[in-house]
Amino acid sequence: MLSVSELSFERYFEPVFEPVSFELSAGSLMLITGSNGCGKTTLLRLLAGLLEPSEGKFKTREQPLYAGHNPAIKDDLSVEENIRFWMKFMGTRKTGLGDALCKRVIEEIGLTPVAMQEGRTLSAGQRKRCSLARLLFCDEALWLLDEPYSNLDREGIGMLDRIVRSHLDGGGACIMTTHGSLRPEGFELQECHMISGRERYAGAAA
Amino acid sequence: MSRQTSPTAFAALLRRDFLLAYRRRAELLQPLLFLLVVTTLFPLGVGPSPQLLANIAPGVIWIAALLATVLSLDSLFRSDYEDGTLEQMILSGQPLALIALARTVAHWLVAGLPIVLLSPLLALWMNLPAEGMSILIKSLIIGTPVLSLIGAIGGALTVSLKRGGQLLSLLVFPLYVPLLILATNAVSSSVAGLPYTGQLGLMVAGLIGSLTLAPFATAAALKLSLS
Repeated sequence: MLSVSELSFERYFEPVFEPVSFELSAGSLMLITGSNGCGKTTLLRLLAGLLEPSEGKFKTREQPLYAGHNPAIKDDLSVEENIRFWMKFMGTRKTGLGDALCKRVIEEIGLTPVAMQEGRTLSAGQRKRCSLARLLFCDEALWLLDEPYSNLDREGIGMLDRIVRSHLDGGGACIMTTHGSLRPEGFELQECHMISGRERYAGAAA
Repeated sequence: MSRQTSPTAFAALLRRDFLLAYRRRAELLQPLLFLLVVTTLFPLGVGPSPQLLANIAPGVIWIAALLATVLSLDSLFRSDYEDGTLEQMILSGQPLALIALARTVAHWLVAGLPIVLLSPLLALWMNLPAEGMSILIKSLIIGTPVLSLIGAIGGALTVSLKRGGQLLSLLVFPLYVPLLILATNAVSSSVAGLPYTGQLGLMVAGLIGSLTLAPFATAAALKLSLS
């Protein structure tokens, strides 16, 4: 579904990370690990098409779904209005179900009690849940999730694992980043450890 | 193909923008109050002589309208940029020019149209002769959408800067000059009993030109700001 070869990105003429190569097939989950600032987010943004690679290339036929650190939630709109907007704007065939789907999505991400509250009143974890709602109504096959576990409580982590599981079972693929402490549990996964571009120079100099 | 069709996305975006504008209505009032205050200052500054005010009325009202529009432009894309909405919109696969156009249309409806509606009052204050009134309103109806369309390019270019507002005004004011000259000239001509259709015609040409081209420029600027 996705093949990446020797992909790298330079910022101010300095590579952000060591060239990355991997293959991802349908139904598999890839975990990208690495310390802070080693270029995990940059890699996902490259794959999403928000940045142009400096060298190397990647091939995919899918337009991926990218869920980054910015939740894309409007402070002045309620949870329901936010989700409804995104359903209408980027939604898919499934949107035909309209209100019923919106209700089900909110229930599934566990925000039913705060559905009418404005975005500004949400906690960090609730924001994260709200931004993950997109996973439930878009039908992209390739997911790029940047630190999806951050701010989620134990139950939220379980919820996300369930969502990812059913996505993989349905023939989708998923790449997620983590800086270590939280990992998807009970998945068969590929792992890619990223090394910051600066580390190599530090190593060469030593 | 599984994507939402573009008109649906356009309508969804417009609907969201009106809802947001309604929730933040205090923010919308500020440029209008600014417009009223600036216009009120002129009689105090240059003297209340009716003839003098009538002479400078078209220019004062138009310049105040420019300033009020630029005030509201800075926020056109900023909040969408900061909370990641813009990023998701670009990734959604919807044409970016269409997104830019929807934002611009919404901006004109909530920021430009109120200026048009307020202009008769401003014209009265500035003692603009009755024959100039209808031309002033016409020039604003044609001109304020152009202000929004061109301003959106500037707003998109400066969206990634922390304090983009001042740079934005430096960027767009020069582009507003032709419009300002044509509009004030049309109003003054009509007061003097001279023909004014030529000026209005050129303004309409400007409107059509910017309506077809500006959304693409705005889209390109947004892409640039995000990379």
